[in-house]
Amino acid sequence: MVKVNGQEKDVAGKTIAEYLEATGYDLKRVAVEKNGEIVPKAKYAETVFTDGDTVEVVSFVGGG
Amino acid sequence: MTEEAGKAVQRDKVSREEMYAALALRHGEKIQKKISNATVAICGLGGLGSNIAIALARAGIGRLILIDFDRVDITNLNRQQYKASQIGMYKTEALSENLKEIAPYVELETHTLRIDEDNAVKLLQDADIICEAFDNPECKAVLTNVVLEKITDKYFIAASGMAGLGSANNIKTRKITDKFYICGDEVSDVKDGMGLISSRVMICAAHEAHMVLRILAGEAEA
Repeated sequence: MVKVNGQEKDVAGKTIAEYLEATGYDLKRVAVEKNGEIVPKAKYAETVFTDGDTVEVVSFVGGG
Repeated sequence: MTEEAGKAVQRDKVSREEMYAALALRHGEKIQKKISNATVAICGLGGLGSNIAIALARAGIGRLILIDFDRVDITNLNRQQYKASQIGMYKTEALSENLKEIAPYVELETHTLRIDEDNAVKLLQDADIICEAFDNPECKAVLTNVVLEKITDKYFIAASGMAGLGSANNIKTRKITDKFYICGDEVSDVKDGMGLISSRVMICAAHEAHMVLRILAGEAEA
């Protein structure tokens, strides 16, 4: 299981790109942290979730 | 009155030493020293950035790096710290004027330009803490990714979700990693037809400014 934004999810084996696409995130508005480190956007397609990972997807909304 | 003349008037009224002593009395000498020695970059000088800057200047921050490409517009006055008399001025210049009236000894470095992936590192490398204060969600994400990938020794405080008249109590500061914080309710988007209301934007700006001061005081938790 992978902890994504505080919730346990059965997504081990998926890439970040696959996960973001499946969950409907807008790639232009997100920053992704895995185990406390930022994942560069260029690596979303090759970074695979493994059991025990802790992931934060920060998705920005407009206004400021 | 020119900006220089305005500064002179403020400085006549209070010396640097008097100002520092008054701040140290309120905040404690130990913490004031840290605040006064700090450099904070504010990216975007709208509803968030102008309010963050004023909160930090009042707290006696040593130096602010202020970055915005835009001019003051009439539609900004509902929430941004500018005056009707400043419509048409660059925000960097208008805010500098207002900050110097409040805190004549704050050191200001201004950049009237758009921050992008190519210039961000150079503009922000002297800051101890960086505040993201843009309006556009894609610009927010670009800056966040650039700072967290390329300037990893900095504290970075971003904001997302402060539009509308939702409860003030839903605005929070959340610590994402060791040096990355996000302020806001993370959901209230301007696109949903909810405008930006001064009070709620100010709350979010205050969260960002407050996290800056907490970090400087050695309190790294949100």
